[in-house]
Amino acid sequence: MSTQAGQDAKFFQRGKIQEFRAELQAAEVKDKKFVKRRTVLKKIVANITMGNDMSPLFPDVVQCLGTPLLEIKKMVYLFLVSYGKSKPDQIHMVIPRFLEDCNDRNPLIRALAIRTMSYIPIPVVTEALTEQLRHCLKDRDPYVRKTAAICVAKVYTADPRKAEKAGFVEMLRDLLLDPNATVVSNAVAALTEIGDRPDGVFFKLNLSIANKLLAAIGESSEWGQIYILDSLLRFVPERHADAELLAERVLIQLSHANSAVVLTAIKILLYLMNYMENRKLIDHICKKMGPPLVTLLSSGPEVQYVALRNILLIIQRRPAVLRNDVKVFFCKYNDPIYVKLAKLEIMYRLAREENAKEVLAELQEYASEVDVDFVRKAVRSIGRLAIKVDPAADLCIKALLDLIETNVTYVVQEAVIVIKDIFRRYPGRYEGIIPTLCEHLDALDEPEAKAAMIWIVGQYADRMDNADELMDDLVYTFLEEPVEVQLALLTASVKLFIYRSKSEKAKELVHRVLKWATEEVDNPDLRDRGFMYWRLLAINPTVAGEIVLAEKPAITTDSDRMDRGALDQLLLHTGTLGSIYHKNPETFIRNAAGRALTDTPALNANSRAVLVPLTRNQLPPTVSIPGPGPNEPRARKAEPPLPAKPAPPLPTNGADDADAGGEDGENDEEGILSPPVAAQGDSAADPYAGLDQLGGLGGSGYSADNPRPKGEEEDLLF
Amino acid sequence: MISAFFIFNQKGEVLISRLYRTDLKRSIADVFRIQVVSNSDVRSPIITLGSTSFFHVRVNNLYIVAVTKCNANAALVFEFCYRFTSIAKSYFGKVDEESVKNNFVLIYELIDEIVDFGYPQNSEIDTLKSYITTESVMSTSIAPEESSKITTQATGAISWRRGDVKYKKNEAFVDVVETVNLSMSAKGTILRADVDGHIQMRAYLSGTPECKFGLNDKLVIDKNDRTGASDAVELDDCRFHQCVRLNEFDASRTISFVPPDGEFELMRYRATTNVKLPLRVVATVNEIGTTKVSYDITVKANFGNKLSATNVVVRIPTPLNTTNVDCKVASGKAKYVPAENVVIWKIPRIQGGQECTFTAMAELTSTTTRQVWTRPPIDVDFQVLMFTASGLIVRFLKVFEKSNYHSIKWVRYLTKASGTYQIRY
Repeated sequence: MSTQAGQDAKFFQRGKIQEFRAELQAAEVKDKKFVKRRTVLKKIVANITMGNDMSPLFPDVVQCLGTPLLEIKKMVYLFLVSYGKSKPDQIHMVIPRFLEDCNDRNPLIRALAIRTMSYIPIPVVTEALTEQLRHCLKDRDPYVRKTAAICVAKVYTADPRKAEKAGFVEMLRDLLLDPNATVVSNAVAALTEIGDRPDGVFFKLNLSIANKLLAAIGESSEWGQIYILDSLLRFVPERHADAELLAERVLIQLSHANSAVVLTAIKILLYLMNYMENRKLIDHICKKMGPPLVTLLSSGPEVQYVALRNILLIIQRRPAVLRNDVKVFFCKYNDPIYVKLAKLEIMYRLAREENAKEVLAELQEYASEVDVDFVRKAVRSIGRLAIKVDPAADLCIKALLDLIETNVTYVVQEAVIVIKDIFRRYPGRYEGIIPTLCEHLDALDEPEAKAAMIWIVGQYADRMDNADELMDDLVYTFLEEPVEVQLALLTASVKLFIYRSKSEKAKELVHRVLKWATEEVDNPDLRDRGFMYWRLLAINPTVAGEIVLAEKPAITTDSDRMDRGALDQLLLHTGTLGSIYHKNPETFIRNAAGRALTDTPALNANSRAVLVPLTRNQLPPTVSIPGPGPNEPRARKAEPPLPAKPAPPLPTNGADDADAGGEDGENDEEGILSPPVAAQGDSAADPYAGLDQLGGLGGSGYSADNPRPKGEEEDLLF
Repeated sequence: MISAFFIFNQKGEVLISRLYRTDLKRSIADVFRIQVVSNSDVRSPIITLGSTSFFHVRVNNLYIVAVTKCNANAALVFEFCYRFTSIAKSYFGKVDEESVKNNFVLIYELIDEIVDFGYPQNSEIDTLKSYITTESVMSTSIAPEESSKITTQATGAISWRRGDVKYKKNEAFVDVVETVNLSMSAKGTILRADVDGHIQMRAYLSGTPECKFGLNDKLVIDKNDRTGASDAVELDDCRFHQCVRLNEFDASRTISFVPPDGEFELMRYRATTNVKLPLRVVATVNEIGTTKVSYDITVKANFGNKLSATNVVVRIPTPLNTTNVDCKVASGKAKYVPAENVVIWKIPRIQGGQECTFTAMAELTSTTTRQVWTRPPIDVDFQVLMFTASGLIVRFLKVFEKSNYHSIKWVRYLTKASGTYQIRY
C-alpha cells in the first residue's frame, strides 16, 4: 500500500480574489519547479470547493496553462469546468490550448482535453470540440475512443439536433462493434442516455447486436457490464428461443461481486421470462435468482436496502424465488431502521402456515424494541399475519393481548386497530376479548385507533352490557374529535340505538349525536351521513337496522399484492429508484422514460393478459435513427409506443388463480393456500389494500414507514 | 446517472464538490445539509425531493454523497460510493476529514478519472495508481509509449493488472475469513445461523500469472445439483471478483483468474447448512421483583483443544435504571459500562473445550413509572484462527506463468463475529 500522506489541508482557508491574483502574478517569476503556482492553484481549488466564487480569476488562472506540469493542467481544467460556462466572453482564450491537447501524442492528454471541453457546454467550445470529437471517436487508442463515446452523450445533451446533424449518433452506433469492450460499453451507455431522452433517438437492439454485446461483457469492467446488461431491455424477443438463449448467457453474471451487476442481471432475467414458455427453464431461472439475492444482504446496509425493496417486488411476481428463505430476513438487533422496516414487510409476505410460528415469535420480539415506527409495524404485522394465515390466528391474538398488557400506548393503539380487522375476518371467534380491550379505552388518543375501538363498541353493542355508558363517555368530546372519529361515533351510536331501541338512554344519545352532526359540524360528509341516518331511522327503523347492521364482506389479504400488470412494468426498473419507491419513474421524475413490455408473438399469454401499455406524454421525434446493427429492419423506425390493443377479456381479479395451474403457473401462494372462492372475495373491502403502495390506505401513523419521494409536482429550483 | 458528487464533514461543510452535469447547481449541497446532516432522524440512505435524489453513505465522520436527477440505478450508485471509499483508503490509508482535506486535489483528479458524465469508469486501484499519483509529472516528459501501455490496460480485458509486475520472491497469501451470524432464541433454539465468508488474497506474483483455485473436494455450490453426501460443504451462493472467469466457473466449477497485484477479495460466499458454531452461550437472566436482575452466563468453546478463541468480548445488556452491577468471573474481566447500559466481559483467550462462566447481580433504582425493559440480545464478538464455521478448506492454489517461476503460497483461516452473534434470553 502506498500511503502518500498529502499535506494540503492547510489550503482549506477562505481567501480573497486580490490576494490570489497577486500571488499568481508573483509566481510568474522565479518559480522553481512551479511550486508557487501549484500552491496558489490549490488554494483556489479549495475555495471553489467551499463555495467561494473564484470566477474573477479566470484570465489569471488560464495563464497557468502554459506550465508543463500535469497537476497544474488538471487544476486549471477543473477551474474551467467550474466557471467556463459563466465566461463565454473569455473562454476563447483557452481554445487554442484545448486544440493543442486534443492533438497531443499522449492519449491520456487527448482524452483529458475532450473530456474537459465537453463539460463546458457553450457554443464556442462545442463547435471547436465537434471537429476534434469526430477524430477522437476513431482514435487508434481505445482510451480516447471510450472517452469520446461519453463526450457524444454530453454534446447531445447540450444540443441534440446539432449532435445528430454532425452524425455522432451513427458513429456511436458503429462503436458498438468496436473490438475493445470498454469502448463498447461506454458507447452503449451513451446511446442509452440518448435513447432515454424524451427528444432522443430510438435505441433498439436486434438479436445479433444483443449477442455481440453479451460477448463483450466478459472483457468489460464491472460498470461496463452494467451498462451492457441494462441495454438488453432494448432487445425485444420475437421468439421464445431468443429469450431463452439470452437468459442463459445472462445467468452467469449472477455470480459477480458487484451488487449492481447482479441486480441488473436479475432485471434482464425477469424481463426475458415474460417472453418464455418453457416452464422448466423459468423454474430453473427462479431458483438461480434466489441465492444471489440473499447474498446481497451481506453487502453494506445501503445496498441491502436496495436489495430488500426489490426483493419485495420480485417475490410478489415470482413467489418461487425465495419461498423457503424467510429466516434470512429476520432482523438483526443492530440493523439500521430502514433495513429493519424493509425486512419486516418481506417476512410478512413470505409467511405461511409452515413458518407462521417462527415469524410470529420474531414479530413479538420486535414489538418490544425501542423504535416506535418499527414497533408499530411489528404489531400491525402480527395482525396481518392473523388475517393471512388462519391456523396462526389464535396465537396471534394471544400475542396481541400480551402486547396490550404492556400498556405502552402506541403498542395498544396499533393492536386495537388490527384486532378490529381480525374480528371482521373471523366473525364469532374472538369477541370474548372485547372486555380486555375496553379496559384500555383511555389509552387511545390517535384517531385511527380510537375509530377502530368505537367501531368495535358499536358493532358488538349487543353483547356488551355497558355499551351505552361507554358510548356516552366517548361522545362527550364529539365536537373536538377529528372527522375520522366523528364518523365512527355517529355510526356507532346509530348501531347502539338499533340494538337497544327500547332504551331511553340510547335514544337520547343518538339524538344528541345526530343533532351535532347535522347542525354543528362543518364537514359535509359527516353532515350528509347524519341526515341519511336520521331519515332512515325516521322512516323505518327496522329497515334501518337491516341496512346498518348488514353482513359485511369478508376481509382477505389477496389484494395485498400489487396488480400483476403493474408489477411487470415496475420490474422493468429493478435496481433503480423506481423499484425502491415502488413507483414508475415517469410518475415522480421529470423527463424520466417509462417502460412497458412490448407485445410480440413471443410474449407469453400470462404477461399479455395483464399487459399495461405505456402512456407516453411525448413521442420521439421522427428524425430518429433506426436501432444499430446491420440487420435492423428499417420499418421499425420511430415505432409508436404500443398499438392500443383492446385488453383480452378476462375476469380481472381472478386472473391469477384461473391460470395458476396453467402454463405459467407462478406458484401463486395465495392461489394454492386459500380456496379459490375466498380468493375471489371482495378485495375492495380490504383495508390493507395498497398498504405497500405509496399513499396507500394504511392510515396516518403507518404510512410513515413507506419510503417515498417527497414533493409532488414541482422540482427543486436550483 | 450521477449528476454530482460531494463529500461532507460532520458539520455539513463541503470538502469535495464535483458537478458532472449541468442539471444541478452547487447550491444543491445546502439542501443535503438541511435534509440530512442537520436532521437527527434520517431514516433512509436515499432521499428524493422532486426529481432530485440524494444517495449517501457514512464513512467515519464523513458523508459520501451522490446526487441524481434521473431514475438512477441505486445499486450502482451505492457500489460506486463504496468503491470510492476503498480507492481512497488504498491511496491515503484512511478515509476521514483530515485525509480528505490533505488530499483534496488528488481526490478531484481521481473522481474526474473514475466518473465521466456521471458514469463510473475503470476504477481498478492498481491501474489508477499507475497514472494518478501525487508526484509531480511533467506533461511533456511522459513518453507516449508509456501512456499507451496505461491506456491499453485501463480499457483492456485485464484492466486490473499491470503487465510489468516483478517480484524477487513470488508469494501468494490466502485468507479465508468467515463471519458467523447467529440469532438464538431465549429457549436456546437457533433462529438463524449462517456464515458470510470471503477469501482475501494478497498476490505478489511476477508477470501475468494464471491462477487456479481449488476448494473442498466435496463442495456443493448449487443446491440444485446436490449429490447427497452429508459431510459435503454446501455453499448457498458465491460471488467473484471481476478477475474470475465466470463462464469457466459456470461450465466446470473451476475458479481461474489472473489476479490483480496486491490485495483483493477473490470471492464471497454464504453457507447456511452444517454451520459449526464456535461458541455456545447459555444465558439465564431473571428479573427479581423490580429492583434486581440476576445473570448466569456460560460460554463454551465448541472446537478442538488445539485451537483457541481470542479477543472474546461479551456484551451483556442491563436495564436503563441500573445503579450497580456486581460481577463474578473466573476468567477474563467484566466491567459495567453505565453509558452504554451493558456489562462488558472480556476474555483474552478460550481454549477449545474450555468453559467460562459469568454470574452477576444488577441493582436497579426504583422508578415511579416502570418501563418494560426491552431486553436487547447478548452479543458475543470473537476470533478463532485456523477454523472455518462452514468447513470450507482451500485444497490448492496453482500458479502458471510463462517464465515458470516457483511460488510460495500461504493459507490462513479465521472465523469471527462482530455484532452478529446474538443470544436472546
